[in-house]
Amino acid sequence: MAEAVAESALPTRSPGTPARPRRRRANWVPYALLAPGLLWLIVFFVAPMVTTLSTSLQQGNVDDGYVLTGNVAVYWEALQAYWPQLLRSLVYAGIATLLSLALGYPLAYFIASRKGRAKNFLLVLVIAPFFTSFLIRTMAWQSILSGEGGLLEKLLGWLHLGFLFDWFGNVLEFLHLSPNGQILGSPWAVVWGLTYNFLPFMILPLYTSLDRLDGRLLEAAGDLYATPRETFRYVTWPLSLPGVVSGTLLTFIPAAGDYINSRLLGNTNTVMIGQVIDSQFLRVLDYPLAAALSFILLILILGMVTAYVRKAGTEELV
Amino acid sequence: MAAVTTTEDLRLVGISKEFETFTAVHPMDLTVPGGSFFALLGPSGCGKTTTLRMVAGLEAPTSGSILIGDKDITGSKAYQRNVNTVFQSYALFPHMSVLDNVAFGLKRKGDRNAMAKAVEALDLVQLGPVAKKKPSQLSGGMQQRVALARAVVNRPDVLLLDEPLGALDLKLRRQMQIELKRIQSEVGLTFIHVTHDQEEAMTMADTIAVMNAGRVEQLGDPATLYERPASTFVANFLGQSNLIEASVTGPPSGGVVPARAHGQDVVVSAELLPAGLKDIWIGVRPEKLRLGGGGRNKMAGLVTDASFTGVATQYLVRMPWGFEVMVVQQNDGSARACVGENVTVSWDPGQEFVLDQNQAEDAGVVVDHG
Repeated sequence: MAEAVAESALPTRSPGTPARPRRRRANWVPYALLAPGLLWLIVFFVAPMVTTLSTSLQQGNVDDGYVLTGNVAVYWEALQAYWPQLLRSLVYAGIATLLSLALGYPLAYFIASRKGRAKNFLLVLVIAPFFTSFLIRTMAWQSILSGEGGLLEKLLGWLHLGFLFDWFGNVLEFLHLSPNGQILGSPWAVVWGLTYNFLPFMILPLYTSLDRLDGRLLEAAGDLYATPRETFRYVTWPLSLPGVVSGTLLTFIPAAGDYINSRLLGNTNTVMIGQVIDSQFLRVLDYPLAAALSFILLILILGMVTAYVRKAGTEELV
Repeated sequence: MAAVTTTEDLRLVGISKEFETFTAVHPMDLTVPGGSFFALLGPSGCGKTTTLRMVAGLEAPTSGSILIGDKDITGSKAYQRNVNTVFQSYALFPHMSVLDNVAFGLKRKGDRNAMAKAVEALDLVQLGPVAKKKPSQLSGGMQQRVALARAVVNRPDVLLLDEPLGALDLKLRRQMQIELKRIQSEVGLTFIHVTHDQEEAMTMADTIAVMNAGRVEQLGDPATLYERPASTFVANFLGQSNLIEASVTGPPSGGVVPARAHGQDVVVSAELLPAGLKDIWIGVRPEKLRLGGGGRNKMAGLVTDASFTGVATQYLVRMPWGFEVMVVQQNDGSARACVGENVTVSWDPGQEFVLDQNQAEDAGVVVDHG
């Protein structure tokens, strides 16, 4: 028996045996189709990653050039110098994500429960801000929140509610969230800007999973003695989890690396890690440090996301 | 296990449902006796599902009220009603195990023994071994039984079944019909079964309400509906009917009334003829017609089609006026006719039913969607 098996296995290897061209050709097709995408990933993702990693381990300066020395110590230095900004980025991004979820879920639910034209119209409204530059939209918030003739102040003043504007600033100051009782230039404004900018990334996946939700399941829950609240808790929410997970990821990841909102809406005490990396690369020109910070941020986010997805346990995410 | 609760009657009083563009259910009264197996039968769009949804609390009636026993539940929400539904789509919660699905209702009611009762209910439908699986891992028939267990376990006052067997293949459907009947007699609940399948309704139900265009056409037990349909709609919707135009020609004598149908003299049972009716449909079921002159009423015809179905042979016989009657002859060894043969078709008075001729001949004819 063993010999027979060996023999039957042999011919495919022996040079004299004709190969099976049909099968081989068929095996090529998937790789051929994958090739452009793989190439793209290698050129635009893997290669920059490798150069960034290599940059972080180099020493030198702009004038004399950099040499790869394997200086791992730079990571330790980066962490020591910028851990507050790193931590702040994760906290701000986390709060902004929770806020987006709180605002986005009811909105997505509302849109998903509409029909036909109303639904499409609302979806367009969600996407509409993308027609304007990210930078300009954030600058718009600058002029809205400004305490010197900003839109919000004017609007409240016009409604004879001007005291609300000052009152809110004072609350922020009391909570040590604003140095001078102004809304603009406070951590609150930064988190608000992040929430605003990434809200559509929360709404769209939430909408997709809520839209797919079978209304008959909600009827069944009601039929089985579940109050509307219980129906939400035991049926709607668990079934929308894939949307919640992808929405929070799509919000949290870019928000953690954001470098615009804090610059335009914050103050010197709201500096986020994206801002640090930006200035290290483009102003201070300390490339190794900037590259090391980028890598640290990448590892941190990767770790958090992995833990989160494991915990949420949604296989249907991808 | 048998008859745990004394089940109360369900009463619909003057209930109706109007949607923006049409009236789904015209005002109607209906009483479903407690503990009975009741069927709402009718073609799609006849209002049977709307009626069911109103009882479940998923649709608010435009007028009228719904009572269980003496308790008016018209204004209460679905989750407040002690009524459960087996949905046509089953509507099992995909993210929960089979056991959690079944325990869902009891848990919402705060039953401490929810899990133990759910296990018991799964055993009732013979699904104990798959309790830990997700609904999507089960076959259609198994999902159907989970849906049934999920509803039955709550011991509702009324259990509603919305075409629950529609998605199953024929063999499984037969099996589930027997199963449903067994479970109903075991738990002693009131079952209301909505279906468009007349055979299913007749096999399972104690009482059937035949609905048509938002109204109840006739209410009765299966045998009465079949033998004595009150309208051409019911006659055609429940099984096959041969409707022959006739008019009464004289007064009753000897328990029969003479009539003339397409130039031939026939007699109609006097007690079946509604008083004062002159122009009538004489309806005879295919199995009541005989080939050969054995019956008192005789008509000559030509066999145009014969199909052998095993237990019986089904003939189409063309009458002199062009109408084709269907005759079903039991395969009991009697002589068979061939296509093209001239035969006599006969029946005895008392085997027919009589309807008013102003009713449409083809009302309720089921277009074969087999």
